[in-house]
Parts: sequence; C-alpha cells; structure tokens
Amino acid sequence: MTRRRAIFAGLTSAGALLLSSCVKKAPPTYGSILRMGDDLTYMAQRGLLSQRALAMEYQKSEITSFPVTDIGDPADPASKNAYSKEYEELQRNNFKDWTLTVDGCVSKPGKYTMGELKMLGERTQITRHTCEEGWSAIAEWTGVPLSAVLKDAGILPVARYVSIYGFDKYAESFDMLDAFHPQTILAHTMNGETIPHRNGAPLRLRVETQIGYKNVKYLQRIVVTDKFEDPNQDIKGGWSWYTGI
Amino acid sequence: MSASSSAETQSIRHKRWVKSTHFIITISFLVLTVSGFEILMVHPRLYWGKAGNDLTPALFELPVSRNYHHGGWEKSMPFKNLNGSQVTAARTYDIFNENGWGRSTHFLAAWFLIATGLLYLIAGFFSGHFRSNLAPGRGEYSFKALWSDFVSHFHKPADYPGKYGLLQKVTYLWVIFFLFPVVILTGFTMSPAITASYPFLLKIFFGHQSARTIHFFAAVLLVLFLLVHVVMVIRLGFKRNIRAITFGKSS
Repeated sequence: MTRRRAIFAGLTSAGALLLSSCVKKAPPTYGSILRMGDDLTYMAQRGLLSQRALAMEYQKSEITSFPVTDIGDPADPASKNAYSKEYEELQRNNFKDWTLTVDGCVSKPGKYTMGELKMLGERTQITRHTCEEGWSAIAEWTGVPLSAVLKDAGILPVARYVSIYGFDKYAESFDMLDAFHPQTILAHTMNGETIPHRNGAPLRLRVETQIGYKNVKYLQRIVVTDKFEDPNQDIKGGWSWYTGI
Repeated sequence: MSASSSAETQSIRHKRWVKSTHFIITISFLVLTVSGFEILMVHPRLYWGKAGNDLTPALFELPVSRNYHHGGWEKSMPFKNLNGSQVTAARTYDIFNENGWGRSTHFLAAWFLIATGLLYLIAGFFSGHFRSNLAPGRGEYSFKALWSDFVSHFHKPADYPGKYGLLQKVTYLWVIFFLFPVVILTGFTMSPAITASYPFLLKIFFGHQSARTIHFFAAVLLVLFLLVHVVMVIRLGFKRNIRAITFGKSS
C-alpha cells in the first residue's frame, strides 16, 4: 500500500526531525513527545529568530492593571510551601538586610546589597507581561540588567545556564541568550514606585522574550551553571522549560 | 448504501499527496481544536487591544470552565504614580489550569499543521491542483451563480457531482488562503519571542489581545467549516467520500 507507506514515511520523517532536536544542547525530554515538541520550538526559535531583537516597548498611557498570580505570599505563613521565615523578617525590616547571592560558575561569588546592585546599571522599559493562561498586562519596570550583574560577578567561559531562585522557592533557569538579552533585568521599581510587595519585592526578574511564569519574583539567589538545570522541575512537572511561545 | 460500480467511477479521485496531507492536517486540526479549547478554558475572557486581564474590562467572557467570572481577588491597590485607574491585586482563587499539556500539545500539533500545510501549498501550486480544481473557471464565478449554488445545498442532492461545485471551491479557497493563514499568524502574534523579531505582527492584528480574539474567531469559523464539510460528506455518500480521501483509487 503505497499511500499508507507515504503517510508512514511522512510521520516517521517528522518524528526524526523531532528526535534530531534532542541533541546534547537541548533540555531533556524524559521521552515525552510533548517535551520533544517544546525542544523543537526552542531550537527553531533560537535558529530562526533574531536573538537581540527587543520585545515591543509601550507608551506610559498604555500601562494597564496588573494581576498577581504567583504560588503564594512568601511573607505569609498561610501560603505553606511558598512561605519563608527569612523573607518575612527581611520584609518586616523593609528589606534593609536583604542581599542577592550570586554564585556558581563565576570568579567572584558573593552577595550584593540593593545599593551595590543599583550601581551596576539601570534600564527602564514599558513592556508586556504575557501569561501562559492567556492574559497580558503592561507595566513600566526599572532595574539592573542581568548581564551587568553576571559580568560584575566575573561569569566564566564554561557558563551555559543561569538559574534564578526566589524566596517563595520558585525558580527558573535560562540560557545565555536570554540571560544576556538587553531587556532581561532585575527590576526594583514598577510604574515609578518601589516594587509593590506582591509584585515581587524587593527585586524580581523581567524576561520579556518569554512567557510570564519565567519571571521569578522575590529574588534570593542567582546560580550560574555549566550544564542544564531545571530548578523548578518544569519539565518533570509537565511544563515547557523554554517559553518563547 | 448502494455504491454501484458506476457510482464508484464517478467518485472524485484525489491525488496521493492530497490524501496524505489531508490526513495529517485533519488530525492536527482536531488536536489543535481540543488543546485550544483547553487553553481557552483557563482564561475564558477575550479582549480587544494591546493587553487585557482580569483587572481590565473584557469584550466578553465564555462560561466554559470554573474560571468563568470567578471572584477570588484580594483588595486591589492602585499604583501611586499613575494618574489613571490602574491597580494590582493578588488572586486567591484556585483556577482550572491544564496548560502544561494543553500548550505543548497545541504547539506540537501546530508544527505538524504548518509543515504539512507548507508541503500542501507547494504541491498545490506546482501540480496545478489549485488552478485546475479549486480556482473557479472562466465565467464560472458570479454572485448569482454562487447564490444559486448556496440555495441548492438546502435541497436533496440530485446526483454525486464528481467535481467541486462553485460554492465548494470558493469556500475551500477561503479556508486555505484566508482562515488558516490568519489563525497561524495570530497564533504567532501571541508569542513574545516571535513578536520581538517580527513586531509588525502586533501592528497588523492590533495588539496581543486583539490577536488572541481574532485567533478565537478564526478557529470558530474553521470548526464551523469542518462541521458543514462533514455534513456534506455524509449527505453525498459517507463511505464513498471517505474512501476517496483515504485509501480509494488515486488519480
């Protein structure tokens, strides 16, 4: 049956295309066909799109209301897993003692105070937050480019991925293209005021080329790694690690 | 069903590549419809404009999941430095969300649809399939002829036509060259990475949320097309038509 063979040949070659994306550099799929599709999208977007292109920036008049839909308030013991006693105490003191730890594949691992971070640079952008749920919101963010922090910490040539951890125990990792994207910033200011508590105080990540859930809040620690890590277990939890779409 | 041998010879004989692309596109489209509906269930509110969310007004909201009109928001706080009414508020409601598989299934099926669709377009142009089978012939197209063909669809078909009718041709051309491109491009417009490289998409579809709303309506039209398509297939002889588009004789 040549027709059947034609169909099967088509399907197997499409499958081979998917498998060929599972080269060493791609995130693990654990044999799931959905994760193979995610990897294909990741490779295709990395291969076909401009990696330095900026996400659209908006006018001040286009700023919208902004829902908070995270896994819970880390200052509230009622939010169970997301609760952090350390964060609650830092918040009570208005984050005066807060620091950001940067370690892993860097020559100068250490802690940064908010003042030290602000000395490294500043970028303001009015961008759209795009949630996987389907909604979107526009806000103005001011913060330190992640690239400036990584350079200051002396990122090593073996570095391949950057994992970013929040006090709510949420975490996400990024490849170097998104970590060094000019719009990837650690934001301390939202719409011209100190970032409101539930929007990720005192510092949160903005990655404008990916979907909302990659934007870690309540930042605690940055770890540069030489191999792939999935600190939030997105992939094992059944979610795409790369969310450019 | 009395599919006599003479009726069998009257059947449209599709080319092999038409059958295989039709098969893959059908499966992809069904998977896209199911996963797309799941994604809609997670946020069944549609908007017009550049951005929209639970704290901004919607065009309309569909009662398709427990997320419909859900309350569950903490007190909203205005942004001090904005003179408008923009606020932030934390959600307390545990929403329905199966987007882990929903989104990845949608994009995987979209890969198959786009790859197969491109093959179909290339083959359709170069084999003359579009020109000889789908483009209305010279003098065939007029509004009057289209209308009378439309009206005739409500009567019992006299005979199996053996070739495409005018309304059928026009409908297929709209589906192939308008609805599918619109649904694919509005899909791209919802991607933060694609629109960073191709910001014109956000312009031609009036923004991220407008693109999402257009994506929804284009998908609804495609599902309506599918329903009418299946009804016509059944009315004109289900077995014969299914055989013709799958394992029947090829031209």
